[in-house]
Parts: sequence; C-alpha cells; structure tokens
Amino acid sequence: MVKPIFSKGKIVAKTGNEMMAEAMRQISPDVVAAYPITPATEIVQIFSQFVADGKVPTEFVAVESEHSAMSATIAASVAGARAMTGTSSQGFALMWEMLYIAAGLRLPIVMAEVNRALSAPINIHGDQSDTMGARDAGWIQIYSEDPQEAYDNMIQSVRIAEAAKLPTMVTTDGFIISHCMAAAEVYPDEDVKEFVGTYKPERYLLDYKRPFTLGSIEMQDYYFEHRYQLAQAMRDAKKIILDVAKDFKNKFGREYGFYEKYKMDDAEIAIVTIGSAAGTTKAVINELREKGIKAGLIKIRIFRPFPADEIAKDLANVKAVAVLDRADSCSGTFAPVYSDVISAMYANGVTSPKTENYVYGLGGREIDMNHIKDVYMHLDEVAKGKAQASKTVEYINVRIK
Amino acid sequence: MASLKELSKNAERVTGGHRLCAGCGAGVVARQTLIAAGDTPVVVVSATGCLEVSTSVFPYTAWKTPFFHSAFENSAATASGVEAAYKSLIRQGKIKDEPIRFIAFGGDGGTYDIGLQSLSGAMERGHRMLYVCYNNEAYMNTGIQRSSATPQGASATTSPVGKVKQGKEQPKKDLTAIIAAHNVPYAAQAIIGNWNDYITKVQKALNTDGPTFINVLTPCRLGWGCKPEDSMEMVRLAVDTCIWPVYEVENGKYKMTMKPRGGKKLPVGEFFKHQSRFKHLLKPHNAELLANIQADVDAKWEKICALCGEEVIK
Repeated sequence: MVKPIFSKGKIVAKTGNEMMAEAMRQISPDVVAAYPITPATEIVQIFSQFVADGKVPTEFVAVESEHSAMSATIAASVAGARAMTGTSSQGFALMWEMLYIAAGLRLPIVMAEVNRALSAPINIHGDQSDTMGARDAGWIQIYSEDPQEAYDNMIQSVRIAEAAKLPTMVTTDGFIISHCMAAAEVYPDEDVKEFVGTYKPERYLLDYKRPFTLGSIEMQDYYFEHRYQLAQAMRDAKKIILDVAKDFKNKFGREYGFYEKYKMDDAEIAIVTIGSAAGTTKAVINELREKGIKAGLIKIRIFRPFPADEIAKDLANVKAVAVLDRADSCSGTFAPVYSDVISAMYANGVTSPKTENYVYGLGGREIDMNHIKDVYMHLDEVAKGKAQASKTVEYINVRIK
Repeated sequence: MASLKELSKNAERVTGGHRLCAGCGAGVVARQTLIAAGDTPVVVVSATGCLEVSTSVFPYTAWKTPFFHSAFENSAATASGVEAAYKSLIRQGKIKDEPIRFIAFGGDGGTYDIGLQSLSGAMERGHRMLYVCYNNEAYMNTGIQRSSATPQGASATTSPVGKVKQGKEQPKKDLTAIIAAHNVPYAAQAIIGNWNDYITKVQKALNTDGPTFINVLTPCRLGWGCKPEDSMEMVRLAVDTCIWPVYEVENGKYKMTMKPRGGKKLPVGEFFKHQSRFKHLLKPHNAELLANIQADVDAKWEKICALCGEEVIK
C-alpha cells in the first residue's frame, strides 16, 4: 500500500500524462499554446477540459502547428504571462528554431515533453532522440522515471525556470510513462500554488508605459556576450535546481537532486541511464545484490545543465560503468549521455573505471531485466579483467547482420 | 477620413535614424501605421526582414513603443501569443483593463510564403490584431529573390532573366483574397502613396474587434530598380495601371477606395518602364508576354471591379 509522504497528500492512480496535466492545472499558467501529437496529446487535451470547465483562468491557444505553439508561448512569455506548452517528437522537431530563440531571449517557459522516436521511419513509441537532439538548445532538461517524478518535476520546473531565466522542459518516456498508470501522490492545490508562487517579470511588453525592444539583431559586437551569458546561466542553474529541490523536500517531503544514486556507495559496477529504464535496472540490481554482485545505478534527472563534476566523483570508485543511451547520435562514435559522462570523468581525472556505451530501446524496443542483467554480467567480467571493454558503441536487443 | 492637421499632433513612435534605405517604403508603412494609432497603446511585433533588422540594431532601437521580434515565419503567431497574454492577464486582474492594440508586421516573403500558415491560423482563431504585410514583391532583405508576391515577368535573383527565361513565370498569389476568404471582419489592400487611404484603413482595422489584415504595396527601390525619390509615384502607377487595386473588404462587403487617376486605366507598361526589374518586358521580343500580362491584369481588374460593384474603368 502506497502512503502519502506529504501530510496533506492524496494517493491517486494516474498516468504520466494525467499527472503532468494535473500539475499544469495546479500551476495554473496564464497562457498555454499547444498542438496535438502522440503520445503527448492527452496532456493538452486534459488541460483543455480544465479550461472548458473554468478550472483554470488560462488562455488556451489551439495553434495550427508546433512552430506556432512555441512562437505564441514565447510571445506570451515576453508579454508578461506565465506560459507553458507541451509536445513530443516531430512536434518538438518543428519547434526547433524557436527552442533556441526561447533560450536566447531567456524566457522562463515550461514545456511538458513526452519522449518519442523521431522519423524516419515514423514511429510513435518512446525513445529520447527528440530531446537529446536539443541538448545544446539552452533549455534546462529534466527527465522523469515515473508519473510521480513527472508531476514533482513540473511543479519544481516553474520555480527553476523563473529563477534561472531559462526555458525548462520536463520529459517522460513515451507510452511507458505517459500512458502507464501508477500510484502517485498529489498535493493540495493551495500548497502547489504556494510553492510555485506568482510570476513577476522584470519587464514585459504589455507594460507599455515602459516600452522596450526585444529580439534585436546583434552582430559581431554583442552576439557573443549574450550567448556567453546564456551558457553561464546554464552553469549557474545548477545551484538554483538544488535550492528548489531543497525547498521541495522541506515542503512536500520528496528528495530530488541532479540524479538518483541507487546502491552506489559500495558499487563496483554501475549503469548510468535516464528515464523509465531505471526502474528495470533497480530490480536487476536487487537480484544481483542477493548474489553478492556489487551493482549500482546512477539515474540522471538533470541532463542540462549536466552535473559533470558530481557524476565523475560518484563514478570514481567503480571498476566498470556502462552508460545506456535511449538515443543514438549518428556521430560515428558514441551516444549523447555517454559522451557527456566520459568528458566529465576525464576532465575530473577519473580514468580508472572501464567504460561501455550501449544504445537501447529505440522506437520503443523492449528492454527487459535480462538485457540489463547481461550488461551487468559483462561489466562484472570487465571489472575482473576477464573481458575487454568495447571501443565502440554496442546495441541492446537489435537485429544486426 | 483622417485629417492631416490632427495626425500631425500624434506622437512619432517610430523615430528617424533607423537604417532603412533612402526611398524604402517599409519605414513609411511603420510610421504611418503608428501615427494612425494615435495615442492608443500598441504592442508591435515583426517578422524577420528589412523593417526589423534596420530598426532594432542592438543596442539601439527606433521603436518608442513595445517592440518584439523572434523569427521570420511567425509574426501572426507571435501577435496571437501577446494577445492571449493580454486577455488572460486582464481576466485575472493582473494588469489594468485598458485597450492595447496589437500590430504585426511582415514582408511579403514572411507573409505570402513562409508565414502563410501562421497567418491563416491567427486569422481563423480570431485574435484581435492588425496584420500589416508591407509588400515589396520579393525577398528584398536577402537580395531580391522571388516570392509568391512577385509579379509575372519580374526579374528577381531566383527568377532571373536569361537566354531562355524572362523573369518570374507565374502570376502573383492573391493573398488578400485568401485572407478575405477567412471571413475576417476587415481586410484591405493599400499603397504607401496615399497616406489618407492607408491611415483610414489602419484606424478602421484597429477599431475592429477581431483579426484584420492590410496588404500595403511599397517599393523597394533596390529590388524594383527605381529612383528613391519616385517611391510614392511608383505605387500610384500600380493603381493607375490597375495592377494593384486598392480596396477593402469590411464584413464581407467590398469597396474600392482609390481609383486610377483621371478615371482612366493606363497600360501596364507605364508601371513597368520606370523599373529595371521589368525592363526586358518592354523589348520587342517580349511583346506577346507583355500582352499576356496585360490580359491577366485586365481580367483580375474586372473581377475586383465586379466585387466592389464598380463599373470597370478602361
């Protein structure tokens, strides 16, 4: 029996999409502009019903494309509104141009994103190719393992985005989290409202008595400084994310950080991954621990800004680590999470652990306990010097001829 | 009907010192639009293009009113977002309930082509805004490439005159008709050469509770290859030759608001001969093409005269 952690919390059975929509209702943004796309459609569909029923004061703009969704969200934010949107995959790709603009203009937009494979071939199922491709866009990226985390991350993201002046996306794995029901805790409206507070923009378009120009052209003389400031804001966001997590824990009782460590204290072999596969990995770790194999997990929650120093430190004492990427980079070398983990380790002088990179689950391909177990068995052999770590990316559960 | 005396008292909300070319009509469009707004608070948004890059070179700005630009194809979606924020914040009592008008600018490239979907969406959703297309009939900012507003026969850098081609092969798209087909309460065509007509239209549009659209013809003297001091005369000739009918569609009712001077239609060549983009059309080997263009202009002119209930001026 799942019990609430927060004294006034209530346990419900909801999907990831339902929990994200519930968070949006409680956040009660001034403007939501969105367009339907599987598997994120439900979020804005449920939210539209809240609007239709008068449960939120939000102006809902049912735009004609995701490009316009992000454009209108950006404009609403500049105008002085707390503005949100939601999308997935191809819709996210269509927003691409505007993602960079939202970040460059330093707008605290929050987006509910459901991770889905990118075309071609067209596929509606979960992988993280969409948001991984936007890892340099200047958005804070927060990944969720289950509906509870999706809900908690949405609530925290408003505070994070507004303090960091950076757009923030909260993601779930398509269908696996977005459509699967789980027991989760929701908090009373007034407590969420108190936590997110009210949005007070420094300046906004509708304040016409204090006119300003935004979206100027900047040439060789200014552009670089503003892009530097954006990159610096991302570095500075690390502290903000931890501060908000601390407040969240004080208020609602759940603990969040850059990543979750599972049995890492004495781990000799470890997996680093993101999202729903973490749950499967934990179950495997429990089995392996019973056999005396010291397996651990780092489940990344905050991928942007990347917690490089922290991860390097936590991996320093393992003998072998595998990074499981649910996106490929088609770079000719390794996948995105692995590349960042390796950079972090090397820059911090952590060079003793053997490393492996696996790509798994593209287009929603099954990853089960046996697949994860195989990874740990291989890591165990590598750790003991009985096998070599691969020099190239390896693939899990794909037919290769 | 606007009075020049009264208008002259209105604040200048687009200042001089911007970096538009001498003879460019885009600055005239912006200035006249804001003069027409009088002292009504406005928020201006713009598509990427000459108007935007020339008036907002960081850290300077020519705009004394809130001005926002984000990208090329989304001026209408941007105005939608600002208007949505306005409605929401007023409804919640977060800002004072007072009128603010929303004006979106876009060139013909940003409106007829890449921004058409965004514009259509905004018009259909019914946001209260005035969308002004400052139409100089090509992608002038990137160096005179053809758009779907470029007239047939005009030379552009992506529809150049060559040994086997004589400029753009297709007639221009009738965007005003497309917007009118959205059944918006107000859509109009105008020119920068008739301030009174244009300002009256802007005022009508701003007083309309719904989406409104004005397509204003304005020369790019580099792209058209005309003299900078002739900008106003060029668009007057577009009206005299019936190439650019000046009319409005108010709640479905068509009205011609400007007619060819002297009540007589001039041949298209009278418009073409002052502009280097058309000069090849006046050469003997293009006589048949010129006749075809004239026939196309005549047919469209008759059609718009019929819609406006006007006798066809010949």
